[in-house]
Formats: sequence, structure tokens, C-alpha cells
Amino acid sequence: MATSRARLNEILVTLPSAGWLAVLFVVPALIVVAISFKPTDPLGGAGAGWTLETLRSLGNPNYPAILWRTLWLSITTTALCIMLATPVGYCLARLEKKWRQMVLLLVVVPFWTSFLIRIFAWKMLLHPEGFIKQMLVSLRIVAPETPLLYNQWAVLLVMVYTFLPFAILPVYAAAEKFDFRLIEAARDLGARRFQAFCRVFLPGIRRGLFTALLIVFIPALGSYVIPDIVGGPGAEMLGNKIAQRVFVDRNLPHACALSLLLILAVLLPLIAVLALQGAKDKARPIIEEGA
Amino acid sequence: MMSNCRPEARRRKSPAHISLSSFVLDRGGPWTYNARSFIKGRPETTTDQSKNRGAAAAMNAPDFLEFKNVSRHFGNVRAVDQVSLSIRRGEFFSLLGPSGCGKTTLLRILAGFERPDTGCVILNGQDITQLPPNRRKVNTIFQSYALFPHLTVRDNIAFGLRIEKRPQREIDHEVDRMLELIQMKAEAAKFPDTISGGQKQRVAIARALIKKPQVLLLDEPLAALDLKLRQRMLIELDLIHDEVGITFLYVTHDQGEAMSLSDRIAVMNNGIIEQVGTPAEIYEAPRSSFVAAFIGDTNFFEGRVAEFVGSEYSRLVIDGFPDTVVFNDKQLAVGNPVFLSVRPEKFYISREQPESIPKRNAAPGRVEEVIYQGSQTRYWVRVQEYRIAIVQQHSRFLLDEKPITWDENVWISWHADDGFMLERYSQSDEQLVTLPE
Repeated sequence: MATSRARLNEILVTLPSAGWLAVLFVVPALIVVAISFKPTDPLGGAGAGWTLETLRSLGNPNYPAILWRTLWLSITTTALCIMLATPVGYCLARLEKKWRQMVLLLVVVPFWTSFLIRIFAWKMLLHPEGFIKQMLVSLRIVAPETPLLYNQWAVLLVMVYTFLPFAILPVYAAAEKFDFRLIEAARDLGARRFQAFCRVFLPGIRRGLFTALLIVFIPALGSYVIPDIVGGPGAEMLGNKIAQRVFVDRNLPHACALSLLLILAVLLPLIAVLALQGAKDKARPIIEEGA
Repeated sequence: MMSNCRPEARRRKSPAHISLSSFVLDRGGPWTYNARSFIKGRPETTTDQSKNRGAAAAMNAPDFLEFKNVSRHFGNVRAVDQVSLSIRRGEFFSLLGPSGCGKTTLLRILAGFERPDTGCVILNGQDITQLPPNRRKVNTIFQSYALFPHLTVRDNIAFGLRIEKRPQREIDHEVDRMLELIQMKAEAAKFPDTISGGQKQRVAIARALIKKPQVLLLDEPLAALDLKLRQRMLIELDLIHDEVGITFLYVTHDQGEAMSLSDRIAVMNNGIIEQVGTPAEIYEAPRSSFVAAFIGDTNFFEGRVAEFVGSEYSRLVIDGFPDTVVFNDKQLAVGNPVFLSVRPEKFYISREQPESIPKRNAAPGRVEEVIYQGSQTRYWVRVQEYRIAIVQQHSRFLLDEKPITWDENVWISWHADDGFMLERYSQSDEQLVTLPE
């Protein structure tokens, strides 16, 4: 009796978020999947009936290279962001409180400017006549004929720039809760600074690192504005192809099939990681760090 | 010099303490594991000696750990001010003082977490002042235990050896020994947040001891435990010190802990060391009013030396108080101002005027307050302008006896040997003496 009552309460409480997820996430995703199996319609929509033709057209010889580049760029971006965010988060958490607020503000300040404008700003900076290019050339670090713009490296640079704050915030949130006396304990037990950092601090903020990983990697996979503006034809990502199929080719089913490919590329590793995490948590059923 | 005529403060636990320890041992309690061979390079001792650790052996050892003129300032605050201290090998040494007295800073200087502004720290003949914490042969038990939450009990204990990159087999072996020592084999796979406070404490001890430190630092290790557990861990700490034989440096604000565990105590206040001595020396012959008031309770009197009575005693004139004869161990000259401290239990309280004999001081007074505490009774007796705290033990309490009570006129008396004159006196220390309001 009491349990069924509790169960009812549980359902009532979760209903709004479940409904939200169903309407705004599950149903659209299913629609995308469904459209992938529709024939092309010359007017830009999906035709009647069902076909496997669009899925077969994914066999386009260009796609494996683009998919690979998309994964490569996203993984590298994520890795660089986390590598930069971890020491930043560590230092931020150790900073005096009044300075901490200030630096955090500086991390967030770029968001006050439109995302598009910031990307265009990068384009200006990296342009052959741009400030960065001119400076590097004058310092003889870069030859005048080396292009800084319209290649994968430009995309990587701007992606790291864009996603870095998203990595810093969760890492900082975890680092702020971290008990730095544990570092002293590790040093006391013979660990050098770096050993203490790796063996105690990193495991201590692993939740934050995991959040940062997801929060950077998933949008990075789907990015198309950055490669569109600072990347050339040789730096296209899957997102560009999808946009192209929708806006230029007006081939909705094909765009959906590409999206499906992207979703699977994200979802499969994610499910694997979550399953692994779940197995670990089962072995340790205690809420940790009072988080 | 100053304690020459007092009973030599003999270091060993009270009989009650010993029987309590052996009680734990007898019933196969926590520390039955024989760790005699535990610290390598420790001089071989016979069974008898190691059983009671041989106070003599510890006392004869050369100065092992030395602080020389160590100072540490934080802004304008002198946390540690020109402290010099020598600690012997194998000693259980306590730093005792109120919070903010600098004892923890001194411990952190030894651990390497703070660098002194001046002075140096010498451990076993080596100047370690500039060494980072990881290169010092000392290990700390933190007040918060600071167990690594992402590691199991076993991995926590193994941490220090893993850092040293010792072979896995050796690590397993050592950790097993430690788990046996702390009686936590069954909990080896648990995580710190699933074990009790006392167990965390033991894991912290094992994690530090496995490194075989030359000095084990304990930073208020019992402060986070409840009373019962604290008393139990007190015994366990004592036993573990007996068994491993390494030097313990124990930081606490709890005089009870320091008194019952320590070979010697340094009482600290405002960044300086007020006195170093055995628990008995510190209690029976405090050098400053701070020590007198901080360790136990006491009554302070202000007066001056009137004349010598024999070669060792002096008559004091104390305003508003009958003249008193006191043991003048400092040989203060006639006319010198003195501060006198007499402990509450040194007084004797009676209805009748005590028989006048040499070296007995007596004064009439009026009982202002009585608190019956079972094993003892506390009185506050008004003698002129002084309000004197007195404690009387009941060796026997007869129900038909009429106890001394509130508002009665009484006589208080005490022996000339039971007061001590203070080298340093400060008015504020009188506030430390607990009085009921």
C-alpha cells in the first residue's frame, strides 16, 4: 500500500521531465530516423512510401573521410579543452575567493558577444592581413606563404577557443568541492606534486572531468558554423554536409540519414561509457563526496 | 634546580592505565599483533623492556629531533616565535596549547607544509628545513584523517608504498600486516565513506605507519571522535606507540590526552613555548601562570617575600590574607614581589581550626558555594578578598556525617610545599581558571 503510494508519487514527480524529454527529444529523434527511410521529394520534403535508397547513398566515397575528420577534430578538441581546463580549474579553486569571482567572470565574458561575431573575429585575426598572421610573420615564426586560415588547424583552434569555457566550468565546480588537504596527505606519504595531482586530484574531480567531456564532445561533433567560416573545403565536418543537404540540395531524407549516422556515432560510445560507469557504481552503492 | 626537592617525576602510566591496557591485550583486543620487529633498525630490546618501552631507554636516547629558533609569521601574527625544542628518539612528545597557540604551525613546519621564516629543523642529524614534504621521513595523521575517498581501505594503506614503486608482492605483504595490526582485514575492500570514525582513524594510522616514519605526527587525531571512542583510541594510540617504538609528536588542546599519553609535554601559548616537562613536572611545578591555569585549575595570590624561614622556605605577605610560608625554590630575595599558585586539591577544609604546626598555613573563611560531584566535592571559600577554589576527595563518606555546606564558617589549610611561585605571571591567565558564576 505504502509502496504503491510512493511509486505513484515517484511517477508524478518524474512525469513533467519525462514528458519534456519525450516531446522535445525522443519524438524528433524518431522523426529523423523515420525520414531517413523515406524517398527524396523534389520539393525539399520527404516523399511517400518507404525506401532504403537514402541509407544506401551513405556509401558515398567522400563520407568516411568526413566522418573520420569529424571524429578526429571533436576528440582532439575535447582532449585539448580538458587538458587546458584541468589546471585552470585547479588554480581557480586554490585562488583567493575575491580573485576567484573575477577570473570566473573573465572566463564567461566572451559569451556576452555573439558566437558568430567571435568566429568572424577569428577569421579577421588569422587572415593573411590579420593581426596574428602579421605578428607571427614579423617574428619569423611563420612563413608569409603559410596559410593560417581555411584548414583543419584553424578549425581546431577556434573549436578549442569556443568550447574551453564549457570545460572549465564543470571542472572548476568539481575542483571547488575538492578537499585540498588530500593533496597534503599525498605529499606527506611521499608523492611529488605532479604525482599528488594525478593520483589524488584527478580522481577527486573525475565527475567534473566526465561532464566536461560530454559537454564539449557532443556539440563539437555537431559543429558546422566553425568549419563553415574558418575551415575551407578540405576541413568540412559532417555538420556541414548535413546543412548542405538540407539547404542546398533540398534532400531532407539524406540529411536525416547523415544525422542518424552522427547520432549513432555519439550514442554508441556514450552508452558504452555509461554502462561501464553503472557497473562501477553498482560495486560502490554509496553517494559520494556529499555532492 | 626547580624540582630538586619535589618527588622525581617518574614517567610511567598510572596503575589504572596499565591495567586498562593489559585488559585490552588480555582479551585479544585490537593491538595484540606483535609489531616488535616492525620498525627496522630499531635497537633490539628484550621482551621486558619493550613491554614497557623502557622509559629509561627513551630518556637516554640523544636528541633526535630539534627545532632551532624556529619562527613563522602570518602577516602580523607571530604563529611561532623563536621556538627551540629537542625531542628524544622514541619519545611520545605532545605540543599542548589553546587553539591559535602555534602548535599546529610547528607540526606543519616539521611535516614540510610550512617553511619557517627563520631557524631550522634537524631530524636525526640532518637539516630538513628546506626539504619538501615528500622527502621527509615523517608522516602525519591529519585531524580530518584525509583518507582518499576514491580508494579502498587497502589502497589507502598501500598508497605510500605504491608511490615508492615497491614490488606488488611486498606491498601486499606489508598492507596485510597493517590490516592485521589495525584489525580491519574484513573491511579492506570498503571505501572510507562506508566505515566508522574510529575505523577511519585506524586506517589513517596504518597508512602513515606503513611508511616507517622516523617521527609520526598526530594533529589532534581524536578531536573528531565522540567521548567513548576517544577514550578507546587513547589506549590504542598508547599501545601502538609502545609496540612500534617510533617517536610520536602529538598536537592537542586537550590536557587530559596530553597528560595521559605523553612522556613529555611542551605547553605553547601565543607562539612561544611556556614550559617543557613531564606531565607531573608541568602539573606540579608550572613555571608561568599560563601553564598553571591551563593545566588543571589553580588559585593565584599576589604578594612579596617578607623573610626567610630556614634556608628553603619564605614567609610571604599577601594583601588581605594571613601571612603564609611557602617553599621558595627560586630563592627569591626578601622584598621581591611574587605570584603564588595553589591547586584546589592541595587545600584541606575543616570546621575546626587546624592545629598550628610549622609549614602549615591556615586561614578562616566562609563557604560561598558547594558542588557535590560524587567522588569529590568542590568548594568556593571566601577569605577576605580572595575567592578560593577547593576540591576535596571523599576517601569515605559517612551518611550520618554532617557535610560542610553553604555559608558555613570554615578553616582552610595547606602545606608550604604545595604552593609554587611563578616566574611569569599575566593577569589574563586568571581568566583561564574555571569558576562558576
